[in-house]
Amino acid sequence: MTETSEQTGQAPVDHAVEVVTASMVFNEGGSARVAALDAVDLVVEPGDFVSLIGPSGCGKSTLLRLIANLLDPTSGEVRVNGKSAAQARLDQDYGMAFQKSGLFDWRTVAKNIELPLELKGWDKRRRAVRVSEMLELVKLPDRGANMPWELSGGQQQRIAIARALASHPPLLLMDEPFGALDEMTREHMQSELLQICAATDTTVVFVTHSIPEAVYLSDRVVVMSAGPGRITDTIDVDLGGARDEETREDDAFYKKITEVREALRGSEMATGARGIEDR
Amino acid sequence: MKTSGWISSLVPPLAFGLAFLGVWELIVAVFDIAPFTLPAPSAIWSAFIERFDQVLEETLVTGTNALIGFVLGIVVGSLTGLLTVRFGVVESLLTPLAVAVNAIPIVVIVPILNNMLFGTTSQVPRRLMVMLIVYFVVFVNVSKGLRQVSPTHLELMRSYAATPTEILYKVRVPNAMGYLFTAMRIAAPLAVITAFVAEYFGGVQNGLATGVRNSLNGSKDVTWAYVIGASALGLTFYLVSSGLERLHGGKQTSG
Repeated sequence: MTETSEQTGQAPVDHAVEVVTASMVFNEGGSARVAALDAVDLVVEPGDFVSLIGPSGCGKSTLLRLIANLLDPTSGEVRVNGKSAAQARLDQDYGMAFQKSGLFDWRTVAKNIELPLELKGWDKRRRAVRVSEMLELVKLPDRGANMPWELSGGQQQRIAIARALASHPPLLLMDEPFGALDEMTREHMQSELLQICAATDTTVVFVTHSIPEAVYLSDRVVVMSAGPGRITDTIDVDLGGARDEETREDDAFYKKITEVREALRGSEMATGARGIEDR
Repeated sequence: MKTSGWISSLVPPLAFGLAFLGVWELIVAVFDIAPFTLPAPSAIWSAFIERFDQVLEETLVTGTNALIGFVLGIVVGSLTGLLTVRFGVVESLLTPLAVAVNAIPIVVIVPILNNMLFGTTSQVPRRLMVMLIVYFVVFVNVSKGLRQVSPTHLELMRSYAATPTEILYKVRVPNAMGYLFTAMRIAAPLAVITAFVAEYFGGVQNGLATGVRNSLNGSKDVTWAYVIGASALGLTFYLVSSGLERLHGGKQTSG
């Protein structure tokens, strides 16, 4: 945890993400009024990997979209890299990846990775250099000329991650990016994501349904409950040293899974919500 | 393997078509049907060969009208589709108008245009009719393609801080291409039919429908020769446009 400026006497460090009592209400005033988020506070420090987990309807995707400025909060404030969320979006301070890879069918893999760079106004040569770096990073160096549908689901998701990181954003926002993959591919992708984040020094906010996924990836797991969406618990995950396939067999790993599960049960019993994968 | 499969799929309809012509020929011979009622296929064929130059000339007249109207309809339909999706005001002005225009049985406007605006020596009214029919099909489909964009793509573009114009030509337009080619396949035969029907409503004394109409008093084998021309024209339009659609689709969804 960062100390406050009063305690250290230094200039305050910019948080990667700072959400202050943010609420989000859909259909305000209508009959289908939904309180998706109610007075949520969240701070993510640079370099952190934070997962948001909770039952369906707990507002974890909504919270991610507030950080991305894809939605504006009904009340409260969202700051990214010390700027307003809107300014951070305009500056392309974050990259984003979704459950659907969202690759453009009419563009080659390389052209897909290039898109955010095109929009940023990079010249062709610089884009080409960056694209081959990114393809190298996600271990698909020869696939640039392929069309997206020629790739497997896991490969498509890697390209989506490469695209999200292409413009060097300090922050990566991911909405269940591995939710549609089979279990083996999923575990493999989790390990690769950790390597990529370590190599690029990226801060990550990661939405997931899966407890083991959240525990394996995160420095901190934020547990949420539904109706209205709230943060009920925050669990620090210290598994000691680098995480690899061995980590999945550790007692410490299982203990953390149990801890997160119990935290979720607590919130589930309070609200009667469902929808968490236990695997 | 693939080629032989393609050929074998052609055999049944070809065999059926030939058998149909055979039975037709036989019935005309057996019942001694007069040529001005129903000519035999052999008589139609020889009339077609005999008057090939004439039929070709009228086919080119109708085909040119259909093609010009078709291309204009595609261009104007696509452009107005773009304008409506980019500027909401244009949509509220144009969409009701497009629907209203489509509700008019527009071939009846041809004689009015002939008499009022362009005179009876002009092909313009016929081409305008084709354009209007094609326009509506293209406008509706292209508008749909420009609008039905994946929500994930829109969120991505917003995260890239893309402007509405950038979203238009990097996401909406590519997304609408498939819809445009489908619209072209649907509109191509319509263009030929409209060009054909428009000739019935007066104007210049040429084109396939004029040929059909002027031959109705005589031996019907000449009439049928023009029908062969019309069928060939419609088929050509359809095959070219569905070929274009397949070419485009093959680039995108072959897996």
